[in-house]
Amino acid sequence: MQTVKMVVTGPFNSGKTAFIRSISEIEVVSTERKISLEVEKVKETTTVAMDFGRITVDDDLVLYLFGTPGQKRFDFMWEILSEGMLGFVVIVDSSRPETFREARFILDTFRAYAPTPYVVAANKQDISEAWSVEDLRIALKLDPSVRCIPCVAGDKEKVKGVLLELLNSILQEIESGGKS
Amino acid sequence: MALQGNLRDFSVTKLLNLIHIAKKSGTLTIQGPNELASLAFLDGKLIYGQRGDEGGRLISVLRYNQQLTEEQAQSLQQRPEAANDKELGLLLIHANYLTQQAILQALHKYLNDLVFRLFTWSEGVFQFYVGILPPDDRITVRIDLENLIMEGARRMREFEQLQEEIPNLDLALKFTDRPDARLRNINLSVEEWRVVSYISPKNTMRQIARANRLSEIDLRRIVYGLMQAGVVEILLPEGMPPPPAFAKIQPMPKTAEQAGLIRRLAERIRSL
Repeated sequence: MQTVKMVVTGPFNSGKTAFIRSISEIEVVSTERKISLEVEKVKETTTVAMDFGRITVDDDLVLYLFGTPGQKRFDFMWEILSEGMLGFVVIVDSSRPETFREARFILDTFRAYAPTPYVVAANKQDISEAWSVEDLRIALKLDPSVRCIPCVAGDKEKVKGVLLELLNSILQEIESGGKS
Repeated sequence: MALQGNLRDFSVTKLLNLIHIAKKSGTLTIQGPNELASLAFLDGKLIYGQRGDEGGRLISVLRYNQQLTEEQAQSLQQRPEAANDKELGLLLIHANYLTQQAILQALHKYLNDLVFRLFTWSEGVFQFYVGILPPDDRITVRIDLENLIMEGARRMREFEQLQEEIPNLDLALKFTDRPDARLRNINLSVEEWRVVSYISPKNTMRQIARANRLSEIDLRRIVYGLMQAGVVEILLPEGMPPPPAFAKIQPMPKTAEQAGLIRRLAERIRSL
């Protein structure tokens, strides 16, 4: 049995857990705790170690999705989770520009850990305050070659689209001999 | 889609860069701590702007550039042409009071100064209204944002350097007690004297700025100058912890076999 993994990362409350829940075939193993810091109480619970989802391809191959904790004080987990990943998804809450700088920092940090392919998921595109994908690209200073995909983490089809884009990026890199 | 947010997260320089790159047309409004400003863009070029409610109209622009006296401005306000900036501009040109070039230069200077002022705003909320442009009776120009952004970036660098030197405006200043300080030979400007007059362990720099109606960057610039001249010192804060360092790991090797694996994964995800 071969297992491969992808990492789903992004700032606090960007939608990582919802993203994995939408696509995982098992109940997501989530290590959420009640939020203790007043400033982070925009939601009731948050991921403190990792989320863990699974997609079985066949008898020989299983894909694991690991969601990183969004709060910066748990960033010691990032490097551990990034080891051996095929690629990663950076989830950005398109409606909260105050998190864009952190998203860029997380992206750069993961690229430093492992320069594997990645895509950016412009999440929460279903709400009116969301920045457009084009504006988000500029705000995050994304290279034109980086794929930035509109996303709604609770929508399975959108999540599938993001993962397929990431797989395409990985495939392109393999076929170009790691030069892309 | 909304383009809105807070300047703390997305600076004016970044906003203008975005508008420039995306060639946006519309009006950007920024509500700062004490005032409102709006800038209008057509295809990524700055065409119009105003500060507060009264700014932006031709009379106030010419007043701002001291091309009209207060009496002349009030007199022109009474004329029916004053309601329409284009008609007013023609009136001034036909009366040989101003040339078209002088009017356009005044508008350019007003907009440049407005944008440079906005670059120093670090607090405020912004919203971009797509497709909303100034009324037809206003005189618009076309200013390329590239140079403005470069100048803005330079000013932001200066602002950031000043922020590094003077990180906390909630600290007080004190006069240096160095015996070699030659205070008698220093020439201070009026604004510097005003700041100096408030220096006391009881007054924070923020309070001094407020009392003198100075912006944060102006206050920092003056304090920095006074520090360089050896006139004043800051009561220093506690040291900040250094940022964490990150280790690197080697990239995962890619093989041709992986291509088949990736295709299998993609096929499975499509089927979900």
